[in-house]
Parts: sequence; C-alpha cells; structure tokens
Amino acid sequence: MAKVTVDGIEVEVPNGATVLQACEAAGKEIPRFCYHERLSVAGNCRMCLVEVEKAPKPVASCAYPVADGMVVKTDSAMVRNARRGVMEFLLINHPLDCPICDQGGECDLQDQAVGYGMDHSRYKEAKRAVKDKYVGPLIKTIMTRCIQCTRCVRFASEVAGVPELGATGRGEAMEIGTYVEKALTTELSGNLIDICPVGALTSRPYAFVSRPWELRKTDSIDVQDATGTNIRIDTRGPEVLRILPRINDDVNEEWMADRGRFSFDGLKRKRLDRPWLRVDGTLKPASWGEAFRAIAAKLKAKQADRIGAVAGDLVDAESVFALKALMGALGSANLDCRQDGAALDASRPDFWRFNSTIAGIDEADALLIIGSDPRREAPVINARLRKRHVAGRFPIGRIGPAGVDLTYPHQHLGEGPAALRALLDGSHPFMQTLKAAKKPMLLLGRGALARADGAAVLAASWQVAAASDALRPDWHGFNVLHLFGGQVGALELGFVPGPGGKDLSDMLGGGVDALWLLGADGFDPSLIAPGTFVIYQGHHGDRAAARADVILPGAAYTEKDATYVNTEGRAQRAWLAVHAPGEAREDWRILRAAGDALGVRLPFDDLAALRAAMAEASATFAGAFARRGCEDTTPPAGDVAALTDAPFAAAIAQYHLADAIARASNVMAECARTYGEQPSLEAAE
Amino acid sequence: MSAPQQHAEPATFEFDAESNAQIEKIVARYPAGKQASAVIPLLYVAQKQMGRLTGSAWVPRVAMDVIGARLGMPPMRVYEVATFYFMFNTKPIGRFHLQVCGTTPCMLRGSDDVLRACKDAGHLKGYGETSADGLFTLTEVECLGACVNAPVLQVDDDYYEDLDYDRTVALIEALKRGERPTPGSTIGRQTSAPEGGPLTLLES
Repeated sequence: MAKVTVDGIEVEVPNGATVLQACEAAGKEIPRFCYHERLSVAGNCRMCLVEVEKAPKPVASCAYPVADGMVVKTDSAMVRNARRGVMEFLLINHPLDCPICDQGGECDLQDQAVGYGMDHSRYKEAKRAVKDKYVGPLIKTIMTRCIQCTRCVRFASEVAGVPELGATGRGEAMEIGTYVEKALTTELSGNLIDICPVGALTSRPYAFVSRPWELRKTDSIDVQDATGTNIRIDTRGPEVLRILPRINDDVNEEWMADRGRFSFDGLKRKRLDRPWLRVDGTLKPASWGEAFRAIAAKLKAKQADRIGAVAGDLVDAESVFALKALMGALGSANLDCRQDGAALDASRPDFWRFNSTIAGIDEADALLIIGSDPRREAPVINARLRKRHVAGRFPIGRIGPAGVDLTYPHQHLGEGPAALRALLDGSHPFMQTLKAAKKPMLLLGRGALARADGAAVLAASWQVAAASDALRPDWHGFNVLHLFGGQVGALELGFVPGPGGKDLSDMLGGGVDALWLLGADGFDPSLIAPGTFVIYQGHHGDRAAARADVILPGAAYTEKDATYVNTEGRAQRAWLAVHAPGEAREDWRILRAAGDALGVRLPFDDLAALRAAMAEASATFAGAFARRGCEDTTPPAGDVAALTDAPFAAAIAQYHLADAIARASNVMAECARTYGEQPSLEAAE
Repeated sequence: MSAPQQHAEPATFEFDAESNAQIEKIVARYPAGKQASAVIPLLYVAQKQMGRLTGSAWVPRVAMDVIGARLGMPPMRVYEVATFYFMFNTKPIGRFHLQVCGTTPCMLRGSDDVLRACKDAGHLKGYGETSADGLFTLTEVECLGACVNAPVLQVDDDYYEDLDYDRTVALIEALKRGERPTPGSTIGRQTSAPEGGPLTLLES
C-alpha cells in the first residue's frame, strides 16, 4: 500500500495503482476522455493532468503510477492552466455543432469545456474534416467530432474481441475506422456508443430523437437474453426511446448486448392491444368481458386434467406464479415452461442454474463449453469469459459445431456427445486439464438439452463436472446457460409438470383440450392438436397468436413492475417504464381476473400480496442472491448410455431475430439483413 | 490516407518464391510468439514484389490481409502500420517514385529547382500526382538525411544528390530511356567529402 496525499487528503492505495485512482479514492474528480476503468490505459487525451510535487511538469494521472509519500494537487493553478491548454487543442478540430449533435447534454467534452474551455477560439486556420465511416446498422458515425481517444478501438479489441477498429494514417490525417468498409461483427456494438466520450459514435436508431433531459429514466432488466443485464429504459410520454445498461459488476459490468438495446422498436409493432375472440373460424375483436366469458364457458366444460398451460421465454415471475396458481386452483398439473423441450431436471435448482455465477467466471481456471455458443446466446457473459481468457491461464474446450468464433481461442473437442464420452472415459486429454484445474467450470448450453438425448447430455455433463472435482462445497462449477430472461424464473417457481401432469409434447399431441399459452412463442404452433382450445396471453402477435381461439393482450417487460430471474438464479426487479398499449394489461392482473371469471379466487389482490406468496413458494424471490457451493452431488436423472451421436446444433441460429420482440423490430430486421451474410451465422442456420 | 476503394484493388495476392525466401529469414529474427514484429519488413517485401511483378511498388489491401494472416495478427493492425508510414504506398504509383526532399537544407540548396525539373521532365502537375504515362509519381518527403549533398531526390530506393535543374532533367530522361544512372552525387563528389576533393588530411 502507498500513502498518497491528494489536495491535503491522505489516502492509501495499493502499489501499482495510478494517480488517477488515488485521486478518485480521495473523492476528487479528474476529467478524462481516453481513460476508462475497464479498458487498457492509453494516456493520449492528456485531460487528466495533475500536479505532482517534485515532478517538473504536469503528469497524466491515468498512466502515472503512485509512489509512497506522493503529494498530488488536482486543482492548482498549474493544473487548471494545463487542462485549459489541452481543452483548447482538443477543440481546435472539434466542430461547434452541439445544437445538432445527439451527444449534446450528455457529452463529456461539452461538460469539460464548460469547466476548462475558453469563451472564444484563437484558432483561425481551416478545421479538419473527416469522412464518416460505416461500421454497421446500429452506429451512426460523425467522425469529424472524433477526438481520437481510441476508447472504441480498445473496446473492440479488448472487450468485444473483434479487432476491426483502428487508427489509420498519422498526424493530421489520422482517422478512426475499419479501413475496409464493413459492419463490425460484434453483438456488443451498442457499447461503443456509451464509451464514446463525444458525439462521434451515436445510436443510429436514436438519431435526432430526443435530448437527455426530456427523458424519464426507469430501471429495468433486459429479458432478451438470460444474462439479466441491468438496464435503464429512457422514455418520453408513452414511448420507449432508448435503452442503456446500468452498472452491475456482478452481472453485466457496464455492457449490454445489441438485441436487448436496439430491438425496443419491436415493442410498438405487431402488438396485441385488445382481446380477440375466434368466432366461426376467424379472430374478431372482443371486450375483456366477452373474452373471459368465452374462456369460462370452454374451461368449465373440461376436465381439470385436460387443461394445460405453457409459459414463454420472456415472461416475468409474477405472471408465471399467477398462472401456476390459477392452474392449481383449477386442479391441473399440466404445466411446462420448457418450450424448446430442453430436458432440464427440475428437481433441484443447481441442475438448471449458472452456479459459478457470472462474477465467479473471474475465479475459474478452466472451462468446458458443451453445446453452447455463448457469444450469440449471452454476449455479455461471453465478454466476461473473454476477459477471463485475456487475464491468462484459462484453457477452454468446446463441444459443439465446428468453426464457431467465440472471440477467444479455444480447443474444439468435437461436435457431438462422442466427445463427452471421450472425456468421461478419460481418453481425451482435456479431461486432465479439467482435473488439474482448481476451479474448473463447465458451461452447458440449453440448446444441448433440447434434443432427444437431452437428459443423457445433462447427466453426462454432471458426471464430467463431478469427475473434474467441480462440485465442491466451496466451488460449484456446473453451469447451465439459458437463452431468455423468463426461462429461469419459471423453473424457480416450478412451472413444470406436477404429479401426474403432462409435459409440453404430451399436451401438444392431444393430451389436453384447452391450452393456456403465456407468451409462449418458442415452439411451432402447428404442432398443437386441431381440436385444442388455445388461449394466448402475450404482447406480440407472433407465431402462436394466430393459432389462438382467445387472445388476451398482455404487457411487455417495459410495461410492468415485474421480477426476472437470470441464468444464475438471481431475481432482479424491473419497473414499469411505459403503460401497455390499448386495452393490454399487466399479465398477473389478467390471470387474477380470469380466475374470478372461472370462479376460482386467487389468493392475492395486489402485487405486494402476490410477491409475498411468491417469496414463500420459492426462496429465490425471498432474499438477496448469494453464490452457493455444491452441497449435494447426487446426479440428475438421465442415463449416460442413452447418448446418441447426433452433433450439437446452434440454439440461436440468427442472433438478431431470436425472440418475439426482436422479430417485430425493424432495426433487428436490418441487422439480420446486414449480418445474415456472415458465414458464422449462415453455418448455424 | 485515402480509402482503398478509390482505386482498383487486386482480388488476390500471393508472395512469390523470392519474397517467401526473404520472409523466412525475416520472421526467423523474432522470438516465437512475437512474429507480429515482422510486419514492417513484410510490408516492404510485399511492396517490392508488387514493384517487381507489376511495375508499381505499392501494397494492396489483400497483401496486408495476407501479411496479417501470416503473422497471426488482425488485418486492422496491419492497416494501421501500413497507413502510418508514408514509405508504404497504399495506392498504385508510377514505375519510378520521385521523392523530393523539401526540408530546409535542400530547400536552401535549390530543391525548388529539382521539383520544377521533375514536373517539367516527368509531366507531373504536382505532389501526389502520377504522370499520364504511368512512369512517375511525385512525392514530397521530409529530410532524407543527406543534407551535406543537398538537394536530394530519392528515386525508389536510390539517392541522387547535388542536383540542379538540368541534372535532374537529365536523370529523369535517362530513367525514361530505361537506364539507371549510378546513384549518389551527380557532380562526382566523393561520398560526403567537400566538393572538388578533400581539403584536409591531404598528406597520407
């Protein structure tokens, strides 16, 4: 530890820390453009200059290591003068177009210019202009505004793992770009907008839409992948205008995946905004009362065990709980939330959770990926894996389709379960790597379970984890990576067939006469037996709604106070940002009202009561999230001998069109067109 | 730097046997895992090969990609290096690359005349231009480090020193005829010794 005095405040910081970190520890704000906590230090903007006693000139604090007894001044005449000089140089070529710049109002350069800028320019020569670059359908570039901090270059090569951005040319002619005109091949491109300190990289869909002070900000959770990214929804009136990540070091650090960030325009299209009722074979608009009466008439005539319910991928825990309560009150145990048919063993939470936790990735020292493509299934978790790879000594093996670029090198062990068998009988050398590791991690993709021998894959994976000593009270190395934000919540609430209940395939094949689909768009609705009475409750007129006999319009994740559980089993709360369109209502209220119509009163009248009941039903919703070790090594059900030789397929073939909201989004459609030509996606299709 | 789209880029690039022999030697100079250090020499080899095979010594984008793949570095990192150094031509140039030094010593010693001679004899309009016959490209360079023999004109890799208008025209005419005059001083100066022969240390 080194003692450093910053403006008279004495702080202790670890050796090797930078002066900037010491200043922050002392509560002093240091202006900066190029420095970013999660990127390497560049030290090229010079805005963070401070005075260090006995140093002959101002030092760039972001790149200057502390020494014991150092005395730092952050607000001396020398510092102010130096920063003014830097600002004047930065503004030489920066255009004065703040009134038409989308960064205006939340621009680092604008803010710092207020502090250190002059009221006029002494620069009389011609300003430099730079041609705008095309880097993809999501990012708008105005390169004349670029101050060449190289944050985007470092983000692309260090965090996103796509070293496609760079600085070409030199001196006055230096430009940031891709040199070869092309869209950046990353699922994290939106983060470039956040890290750009000026208006050079801005959001294309958000261009000229709004000013930050006009926006109402609501905390929420991204449900479009299972990471549980903490987000902030910016709204103006009834419209979602943009979505930004919030910082949560345990989950998403400060990154966010593109699908969650840019697909919200799909929330305005193809929406179900009023109840519909099938009359004589065609869907006709109806009132809530008519819809409920139709449901009551049909369901009351059915036997309880001939009614089933399926929960979708994007649903919140509250509505799943309400639907389970409704089905329970009706006397049906036909529940399923595994639309993809994933053979998840629901008997114990650690069979379906990401037990090592996302933050735990930083501690792991070996990784085996089975049937998963984390880059497309959970880009932010993939960035975390990449971060671990960059830190070094992290052997990675993967079983799955060949030729997948995860943005970090890894050993391809095989395409199918044969490689699992080889690991189990010890004939594959990677098993030794796993055994040698102190904290080996096994990442099992949900896609690897959605197949005929899914249960065997689950059991075999568990056995590999057990054999590599990954199942210990102090380290749980067995992880399942889910695909969407609603999947784990339903599992935590036990939305799976109860005693004597039918699962999805039984229900579809005529096992039930009435089927309640709660946002369930993840399977082919043509599989539903023709005579089945289908109730679709959800927010998008996607695949399943067309098959429905009654449509109940629900709320999307931006439109309700709700709880979502991420792949770790971490329950996180989202708040209502905008109201659902038209007559659409929050889903738990719909189910509560449907219960009344069916003559079964559900035991909660408001959200608080529902949440209390939910917390009682599952500890996941009761307290704070904590990482757990493996107390019970009993394997999941499933016979390893049943492993087939069919290769694992990609769970998400087209990243930008993977869920109902994204499929309704124009922005995502354009992304799919742009990236559809990428070989990695093509191969996965 | 100009974007590569503004001129015709070859579709493929491959190092020939001569280049490959050079590359093997170059790459072997660096320890394993540090092969990226060889990027500058390899760009130079590519540029030389283009000059040898097509008569225009430049580095097409595909060549940079090939170098990136060869050295295990992302193509963007190669583009950054290639565009940083003006010695690498990222667009096609003429058969002869006339590089006029215009830095102070050369300027004082008459580089303006050299420039005028290049323009007149090479039929060039100005810096950055390539003549219509594709023979010459004119570039302004900073100090070439041959100030004692100023003014200097660098043709491809060769220095021609102590030039004036007439001698520059003669040099360019010779180049047009396919000759390569001996590089060095054009007034018979011995290396960088004083004009007309040594003035000191006369007795051996």
